[in-house]
Amino acid sequence: MVGERPVTKRVAITDLFETASTAFEALMLNKMRTALASLGIVIGIGAVIAMVSLGQSSQKAVEMQIQSLGSNLITVMPGSQMTGGVRGAAGASTSLTYDDAKAIEVSNEVTSVASVSPEISRRAQVIAGRNNTNTQILGATPAYAEVRQLFLTSGRFITQQDVDNMGKVAVIGPQVVSVLFGEGSDPVGQTLRINGISLKIVGITASKGGSGFMNQDDVVFVPLTTAQKQLFGIDYVTSISVAAKSEAVMNQARNEVGYLLLHRHKLTDPAQADFSIISQEDVLGAASQIANTFTTLLAGIAMISLLVGGIGIMNIMLVTVVERTREIGLRKSLGARKKDIIVQFLIESSILTFVGGILGVAVGISIAVVAAKFINLPFSLSLPVVLLSIGVSCGIGMIFGLYPARKAANLSPIDALRFE
Amino acid sequence: MIECDRVTKIYRNDQVETVALADVSFKIEGGEFVAVMGPSGSGKSTLMHILGCLDAPTTGTYVLDGKEVGKLKDDEQACIRNGKIGFVFQSYNLLPRLTAHKNVMLPMTYGGIPKDERIDRAAKLLSKVGLGDRLEYKPSQLSGGQQQRVAIARALAMNPSLILADEPTGNLATAQGEQIMAIFRELNEQGHTIIMITHEQNIAAYAKRIIYIRDGKVSADNGNHGRRKAGNEEGGNHGPV
Ligand SMILES: Nc1ncnc2c1ncn2[C@@H]1O[C@H](COP(=O)(O)OP(=O)(O)OP(=O)(O)O)[C@@H](O)[C@H]1O
Ligand SMILES: [Mg+2]
Repeated sequence: MVGERPVTKRVAITDLFETASTAFEALMLNKMRTALASLGIVIGIGAVIAMVSLGQSSQKAVEMQIQSLGSNLITVMPGSQMTGGVRGAAGASTSLTYDDAKAIEVSNEVTSVASVSPEISRRAQVIAGRNNTNTQILGATPAYAEVRQLFLTSGRFITQQDVDNMGKVAVIGPQVVSVLFGEGSDPVGQTLRINGISLKIVGITASKGGSGFMNQDDVVFVPLTTAQKQLFGIDYVTSISVAAKSEAVMNQARNEVGYLLLHRHKLTDPAQADFSIISQEDVLGAASQIANTFTTLLAGIAMISLLVGGIGIMNIMLVTVVERTREIGLRKSLGARKKDIIVQFLIESSILTFVGGILGVAVGISIAVVAAKFINLPFSLSLPVVLLSIGVSCGIGMIFGLYPARKAANLSPIDALRFE
Repeated sequence: MIECDRVTKIYRNDQVETVALADVSFKIEGGEFVAVMGPSGSGKSTLMHILGCLDAPTTGTYVLDGKEVGKLKDDEQACIRNGKIGFVFQSYNLLPRLTAHKNVMLPMTYGGIPKDERIDRAAKLLSKVGLGDRLEYKPSQLSGGQQQRVAIARALAMNPSLILADEPTGNLATAQGEQIMAIFRELNEQGHTIIMITHEQNIAAYAKRIIYIRDGKVSADNGNHGRRKAGNEEGGNHGPV
């Protein structure tokens, strides 16, 4: 006999997996179009992933470099502190001297400081035999090695005696060695010339890594006094690095050094200070912030291409809906509800963007790996970013597929069936 | 079970108004086998679409099993199309991408029938219409008669009480047409109400009642009409329609 089926009692959503495989088959019918439609998403997600990864990589590089400088380090720079942490013409000022550094070291009021390293940093041409290079010249005292945790692979570092006697000696970084004397050679005992002065090489530092703006291997160390009097003819220092006894007393060290220098410079108002004190934390924060801003900016630009990809998906889905009007009419005449049709088309567009998203992640990672290698950065990409972008690409499929899907679902069955 | 009361359908395209149905009223009881006949353009298909909940009348009411269809929500109408009505189209309307088996399973997907039962039932229905060996054929690999039998199997998928067929044999040779009609007769004997449009007298002869439509109006309701009327008068429950 004829079954009288209850009309309203039906399963809420038809078997999702089956719908997905139907959607997949529909997409496979027109492979070229499917590929082109997802290409927009591949490029968009690829760009976002590559940009975010490069941003994270450079942030990591900055952190690694600054960590390697020592985390209980504070740096005193000449020149006044300005608002917002931005200093004007710092380093151009000449307000700090070797005596200031000595005073910090010997003062009874300064109790939280372990060692003090006055420094002069300038670039100059260095000549050795027929080779020459433009590199950073660092006038330093023995404290430098301690403060910056510098190690030697050969010879010795600058001694107090060198500083006291304006010794004509130099300690060079591994990159300078390879540029001037060839990689792997040990030029201890040989001489090099800076600004017409001959200096005897007495030591070679161990590699500290780092690249670009803070390469610590491309440097020539000379005694502070030699740099001041013989090489550059100046009587100030360009910075004083101070190592606190521990990270816990960083703030105390900062205050003690600040008050001592204010007193020495006969200043009463800290706002008029002719020097500024920065901790590694400040530098790290500022550098991360810059890297962050940069990442956000690039990712934002990449997002635009993702948006364009989404519009491409919408376009294709609209065409698909028109093409399949008769199919939609038929499905509705067989009892498909609006919900069923919407789900069908949403799944189709989500598959497009999901696959596009996965391919985009692969493309983005490849680009980031190659680019990181090329510009000498450690590759870095966090998993949440990957998952998020795959999620976002699915979401784009949903959002940009919704309008076409609703359009399909709202067709009247008979009009759709009659559509030619 | 079917009650049309002054059903009118007017198509409005731009400035032109076409009256496809004008004040059509009739009743069809459960288990009847009705043929609808009439000249081309008289409004038969239009009527069938309204009976199948595919279209709504411009004015008038269509009551199916005590419910006025026009007042139901979209999803409720979809449920009726799915569970109560099996529609057989003149042009088969199978999904070309799907096999015969999957085409028959389609209404069951929307009816929430579990997958195993779907596969099983669809195969049985195809055997019933003589296509047990063609499950995995796509529509393009089947003859017209075979495609129409797939469409009938699909119409039966949810075991609907009402089967509507718009010229089911219109595109078929006589022999195949008679095969289809044999299936319809058997379904009618099992209790399904059948309403079909046809132009051919020999096809209409399978039906127990023939409604003639002309210019959007019922011009004659032959045979059964009188008998049913007489039956009603005997029962004394219903006045004349
Ligand atoms: N979508 C439409 N828009 C405008 N007029 C229409 C539409 N559909 C049908 N008509 C008109 O309504 C009238 C009835 O059409 P219908 O399709 O119901 O005829 P029919 O009896 O099924 O004819 P046939 O036997 O040729 O199939 C015709 O005059 C037709 O022109
Ligand atoms: Mg017709």
